[in-house]
Amino acid sequence: MNSLVLLVIGLAIFTAGYLVYSKYLSERVYQLDAAHTTPAHELSDGVDYVPTNKFVLWGHHFTSVAGAAPIVGPGIAVIWGWLPAFLWVTVGTVFFAGMHDLGALWASARNRGQSIGTLSGRYIGPRGRNLFLVVIFLLLLMVIAAFAVVITDLLIGTPSSVIPAWGAIAVAAVVGQMIYRWRMNLLLTTVIGVTALYSLILLGDRYPIELPESTLGMSPATFWIVALFLYAGIASVLPVWVLLQPRDYINGVQLFIGLGILYAAVLFSAPTVVAPAFNGNVPDGTPGLVPLLFVTIACGAISGFHGMVSSGTSSKQLDKETDARFVGYFGAVGEGLLALGAIIAATAGFRTVAEWEEVYSAFGNGGVGAFVDGGGAIVEGGLGLPASLSATILATMAVLFAATTMDTAVRLLRFVVQEGGELLKVNVSKSVATAIVLILGLGLTFSQGAGGEGGMRIWPLFGTTNQLLASLTLSIVAVMLMRKGRNAWPALVPLALVFTMAFYAAIVQLGNLYDAQDWLLLGLDLVIVVAAVWVAFEAVLSMRSARAGESEDAELVDRS
Amino acid sequence: MPSSSTGPDGRGRRDEPCRRWSAFVDGLSEFYHAPYRRTLARAKRDEDDHFMMVVLADALGVPDPAAYHSLELLPAVYPEFHAWHRRLGLDRSPLEHVGCC
Repeated sequence: MNSLVLLVIGLAIFTAGYLVYSKYLSERVYQLDAAHTTPAHELSDGVDYVPTNKFVLWGHHFTSVAGAAPIVGPGIAVIWGWLPAFLWVTVGTVFFAGMHDLGALWASARNRGQSIGTLSGRYIGPRGRNLFLVVIFLLLLMVIAAFAVVITDLLIGTPSSVIPAWGAIAVAAVVGQMIYRWRMNLLLTTVIGVTALYSLILLGDRYPIELPESTLGMSPATFWIVALFLYAGIASVLPVWVLLQPRDYINGVQLFIGLGILYAAVLFSAPTVVAPAFNGNVPDGTPGLVPLLFVTIACGAISGFHGMVSSGTSSKQLDKETDARFVGYFGAVGEGLLALGAIIAATAGFRTVAEWEEVYSAFGNGGVGAFVDGGGAIVEGGLGLPASLSATILATMAVLFAATTMDTAVRLLRFVVQEGGELLKVNVSKSVATAIVLILGLGLTFSQGAGGEGGMRIWPLFGTTNQLLASLTLSIVAVMLMRKGRNAWPALVPLALVFTMAFYAAIVQLGNLYDAQDWLLLGLDLVIVVAAVWVAFEAVLSMRSARAGESEDAELVDRS
Repeated sequence: MPSSSTGPDGRGRRDEPCRRWSAFVDGLSEFYHAPYRRTLARAKRDEDDHFMMVVLADALGVPDPAAYHSLELLPAVYPEFHAWHRRLGLDRSPLEHVGCC
């Protein structure tokens, strides 16, 4: 099978999904109304609530939801063959992610732009809010640990990415100064920033950095993990304009450049997919496709994290309610495109099946490394860049995505810790909260070995939690639709499937983690199982009362 | 600000690329600033609250050698005074001579 065919079929499915299904959703199910006053106009404050052009808003939304996760997930999941991953990404994006993201955006926009956390308190009950906090806490903690390992593997696997990955921090810091202190033109700043980043990539490609056996008494992997946590800790407490904001911006620009490079390369080189459609010969220890595929690829098929972005910021900036279709649904399609690119890179960027099987010698082995190597080969073939430079570009891109997610997650988790402290009537200062987060994150990472060797065991668990969050959001959307007497099936069917798969996966992993004697993750998994039962219980209760037509108070806020 | 602010124009075709370009530049700036607008606004408010505390120090009973000079700033901080003491968790005005509520 040629990857170009795969690409065209994938694009056709996404296009059809956007043109047909999102039209159906926005006209019949959510009944988006251009005349309805959006929170951005109703509560306009020039800070949170700002009517924003839909293309700009889509840009934010897309770059906030897309990161390293839609690269890592498919990179691991193609171990079962390319077809299952391809189908789950395309069908998932059209019927699950698009529906879910658009639904979260609509639900929030119809409730004064309130977040999913607040909405779960409102539609699921007060316990729903606590449940939400627990799920978010676990999700962020696992993101931090998993991405620390992802970045470490990249820095060691592609030593040429060391200079650009760390140099990008300096680039971002200078960009921040250029914007706020020297008040330079943004366009000029962007050009300078991107040029500097790519010069660093060239420099790194020339001078790869491999750490010696022992750095400050630590192995390379241990050293990188400690360094990453130190960086994330410092970055999370600095004022955002110094580092996080310019970093996010450069990354957003980089996301479009990277997607462009990847797709252009596939178009010009049209490599053959060497991986089997179904891998009948998976390495020992690979868990079953059902249910693990559905949690290994979370971002790129359906991800609860999108609901947080939809309801946290995007819903407060909708200029017209009908823009939600483009912003929410097409945002999911954008992430689907990234996941599709990752699938092609990890299956078509190798010369022979044997070479591919060597990379995928154990579950969790491929991942982002396969994306970098395979993608590098495709970029070499398609755009004529040297293989090592191509790999450096992709590795840097992946490191930057993962690192920005990591520092943002540390920052957010600090707020969660402080909020938890408030509930317990303890005043937790900024530095103490950050220290707690770093210790927990480091502990979780090092529980997987001094070099985080088993760190990718966290990945499916992270996906499970993410799907649980998606289930919670879909339940809220379903309850709202039921209360309005609309067709709730487009929400209920994905809800049933995603929840079943997440719960099933959580149970399967209990066994796997027990066999691996990983008691910490086993404990986390137990918490996830309990949270899953809780979600189901609360959701069924609120849906029953919604079906009975008990409360129509949703309309109160709706009409205001 | 959103690109729609450039508005529809009835000018000739020549202006179209110009309009597109400035819309793009506006969009780019929004792309940079919007995600962190809230965080920065909050940080600014914290700074302002701190400034308010310094200006009112003497009135609140904290010895302030510069009180004579900061007195001049009082009119400038009055408009925000009510919101400020509410943020501090004080329902009523903490100063007898300021009856804002």
